[in-house]
Amino acid sequence: MSTRNGLLKEFERVLGRDNVFYEETDLHAYSYDAAVVESCPPWLVVRPQSSEALGKAVHLCNENSVPLTVRGAGTNLSGGTIPKPGGIVILTNALDKILEINEEDLYAVVQPGVITAKFAAAVEAAGLFYPPDPGSQAVSTLGGNVAENAGGLRGLRYGVTRDYVMGLEFFDSNGELVKAGARTVKCVTGYNLGGLLVGSEGTLGVFSRIILKLIPMPVAKKAMMAVFPEVSMASETVSAIISNKIVPVTLEFMDNFTIRAVEEFSRAGLPVEAAAMLLIEVDGHPAQVEEDAAKVESICRRMGATRIHAAQDARERDKVWEARRSALSALSRLRPTTVLEDATVPRSKVPAMIRCIEEIARKFDLSIGTFGHAGDGNLHPTILTDRRDTGEWLRVEKAIDEIFEKALELGGTLSGEHGIGTSKSKYLEKETGRAAIVYSRRIKAALDPKNILNPGKIIGERVCTI
Amino acid sequence: MHDMKKLAALVKELEEQLVVCMRCGMCQAVCPVYTETGREADVARGKLALLDGLIQQIFKEPGGVHERLMRCLLCGSCAANCPSGVKVLDIFLKARAILVGYTGLHPANKIIFRGMLSHPRVFNSLVRAAGMFQGVFLKSADEFLGTSCGRFSFPLAHRHLKAFAPASFNTTIGRLNINGGSGLKAGFFVGCLIDKIYPNIGHAVLSSLKANGVGVFVPDEQGCCGIPALSSGDLLAFGKMVRYNLDLFSAGDFDFLVTACATCTSTIKKLWPMFAGDLSEAEKTRINELAEKTMDISQFLVEKTGLVTAASDGKNFDREKALISYHDPCHLKKSLGIEAQPRMLLGANSGYVLKEMSEADRCCGCGGSFNLKYYEISASIGRRKRDSILQSGCSTVATSCPACMLQISDMLSQAGEHIRVKHAVEIYADSLERDLDVDTH
Ligand SMILES: Cc1cc2nc3c(=O)[nH]c(=O)nc-3n(C[C@H](O)[C@H](O)[C@H](O)COP(=O)(O)OP(=O)(O)OC[C@H]3O[C@@H](n4cnc5c(N)ncnc54)[C@H](O)[C@@H]3O)c2cc1C
Ligand code: SF4
Ligand code: SF4
Repeated sequence: MSTRNGLLKEFERVLGRDNVFYEETDLHAYSYDAAVVESCPPWLVVRPQSSEALGKAVHLCNENSVPLTVRGAGTNLSGGTIPKPGGIVILTNALDKILEINEEDLYAVVQPGVITAKFAAAVEAAGLFYPPDPGSQAVSTLGGNVAENAGGLRGLRYGVTRDYVMGLEFFDSNGELVKAGARTVKCVTGYNLGGLLVGSEGTLGVFSRIILKLIPMPVAKKAMMAVFPEVSMASETVSAIISNKIVPVTLEFMDNFTIRAVEEFSRAGLPVEAAAMLLIEVDGHPAQVEEDAAKVESICRRMGATRIHAAQDARERDKVWEARRSALSALSRLRPTTVLEDATVPRSKVPAMIRCIEEIARKFDLSIGTFGHAGDGNLHPTILTDRRDTGEWLRVEKAIDEIFEKALELGGTLSGEHGIGTSKSKYLEKETGRAAIVYSRRIKAALDPKNILNPGKIIGERVCTI
Repeated sequence: MHDMKKLAALVKELEEQLVVCMRCGMCQAVCPVYTETGREADVARGKLALLDGLIQQIFKEPGGVHERLMRCLLCGSCAANCPSGVKVLDIFLKARAILVGYTGLHPANKIIFRGMLSHPRVFNSLVRAAGMFQGVFLKSADEFLGTSCGRFSFPLAHRHLKAFAPASFNTTIGRLNINGGSGLKAGFFVGCLIDKIYPNIGHAVLSSLKANGVGVFVPDEQGCCGIPALSSGDLLAFGKMVRYNLDLFSAGDFDFLVTACATCTSTIKKLWPMFAGDLSEAEKTRINELAEKTMDISQFLVEKTGLVTAASDGKNFDREKALISYHDPCHLKKSLGIEAQPRMLLGANSGYVLKEMSEADRCCGCGGSFNLKYYEISASIGRRKRDSILQSGCSTVATSCPACMLQISDMLSQAGEHIRVKHAVEIYADSLERDLDVDTH
């Protein structure tokens, strides 16, 4: 084991001096991510320029028992990239090459630092489609998407990141390269290691290559907006659409608070008196799209929508999505601190969950706007507050506890897509039960005996005790 | 030892603005500096976190934060795309001023801002002298673009700089105060780069105004708009420059103040009112009034005049058209939302067809003194712009800011590319000259 100074020199030798940062200002710039949690600066930050260098960095960390945290774009909302004191942050943003887009076999091979939206655009240029589209796609990395199993607006019809990971190459805790999965649609060769690694938040291995499934681009799409006088009508509409065997690409929900915030912000002419709005898009073959759109419209009307507007052209379609895209912006401008939560319930429980959130907002005297992927039951209650106000912050913490409790009571889950990280790990046992945590900790202890891979995330601190 | 506590108290003034950042990281998508370096401390989120760190007294000394704060083009791309509406540029400019107030102004900056730029008469005569001698130091690199590179090895030697014009705009024109047929009258704020390096743009402004029957007021010995001082944190010099210009233009009677420099326009409109320092109420009112009526030349011509065109006279429809592309200066599009008007000026010249380049509003990487301090980063950002220009297949590239023109010319010239770099108003005036026989001077 080298001294810290010796180890620093070793990193400089292996990765090149320009790729090792240790000045206090640089360290502070890697002490946070997009979650509202305590920050912590690392001891060192490294930026490998090749997969090989990435593996060497992992190996060096393991040899010297230095905890490491991989960081893509640092946009996760659960504290997943906050390092350990004395730990190292490994950046993947120099590993940003799309290695292959295979149009015959419908897959792509990428490095982990490729930015989601850039990848989606390159795939589209080849006439194909990569559906997962998290709201952060303009900056998020594919490595981060896989490690968080990110979702997006198109989850209802097209699934989430997991559904597109065909294979992975990753470094284990000792920096050995492990290959999982294949370039084929079917693959049962060995354990499904890829399945284990997806959503592992950097705690089980460090991805160096990802093989992603691509699909043909749908030919046509149509977006519409439906306004409801009651929340329950909107969510019953969601169920009605799906039970009519129509699976829209997107089925987004905005509550009254969010509608008013968006209207205040963008003056797009939204109905500020509406209790809820659904934003719906169907896609497929042109004839199918027209038929589905007409059906959706009549279902909305039957379920009590007071206004329905179908986009007639691309510009109108953009306008519909602009309203949804600006939801977070509009809300976040209201108060200094924005806590974006991610509680998810079975689709039929959406109205109950929304009622609970409204009650919680009243009980703790907080502003909460709720929008989200109603089709998936994945809601984003967004708490608007000021972290500096300690009294209010205490109420926020209690409200978050209660939101989770309610979500679990309703048969839901802690997180639909934002991950557990550190911010939700304390709730995990409540959802999964003790046995799942013990099992997970055993896996972690076996695969990462020195507990260097993003320690403390998901399953908490105590790892090797059992 | 640094008194970091005292500094924390000063930076705390920015707290209300700093807390607006929710650390979402969306600014990474648009920051030109971050795109090149991949370092979090270079993107707005990182810099804002560093300022927050000063408040929390996390750092042992202020130098590191100051240095990273200066690694920024002040292009405003982050602010224009920030979901939370963080006033990034306000914060950065204020923070630079606080840090300079705390650590002291760099001696070289002191000479430039306090000794030269805030005394326009001295500066102007220095430049006149330099113009006479520059032939000795600069050899012409590209006759076509009119750039020069250093004859002797000094730090700027590998760059293709535009030389000072043989005679500045101000020297040629002197003071102007004439009325026009339309009854409208414009004050013309020339700005350093147009005055000393691109006087042709100034002449194009005059002929465009004339063609549209607009009277003009141009005081002589105009000063710098102050942005170099402000962006280096020198509020004192900035305040002096603002007051100097204010007095100069108060002598005239005009409806609008026009400039052909995107940076000057956005500085006058947005930064003069905010940063001019301790002013009397009367002075504040005058600044606000002046800022209110300041306009980019293309916006003025399009919105306030009938925009006389050669086509409206039915001439020259059958001329072979050349491809022209347009680069959106950050200080025009991102800061003031002006993008259609300059393109309309180009459209008014029937000799050209507009061919948009990809990412037309991507920063060119100049960023004023950023270009001098961080030339390598600046140049790699500039090369992306150059590539977009080349891919568009245009033979002329137009823009609305002389600083962008300098950077683009440098990049094209270094690559040996013969693409003309012009101001949109030059393209417009050019059509007038040829087609309407408007005499320029
Ligand atoms: C405005 C906004 C909107 C968002 N919208 C959505 C949304 O719609 N859906 C959604 O699911 N999420 C969303 N998110 C959350 C976040 O963007 C996603 O979790 C995203 O996948 C994170 O990607 P990243 O590159 O920023 O990863 P980071 O935040 O850098 O890292 C996330 C985790 O992945 C690990 N990791 C990163 N790279 C690797 C690697 N190569 N190998 C192993 N582990 C790695 C990290 O250690 C960390 O635990 C949003 C966030 C913001 C700020
Ligand atoms: S985009 Fe705005 S809110 Fe988000 S990190 Fe950047 S500055 Fe902060
Ligand atoms: S102003 Fe421009 S260079 Fe500076 S942080 Fe913002 S985007 Fe980056």
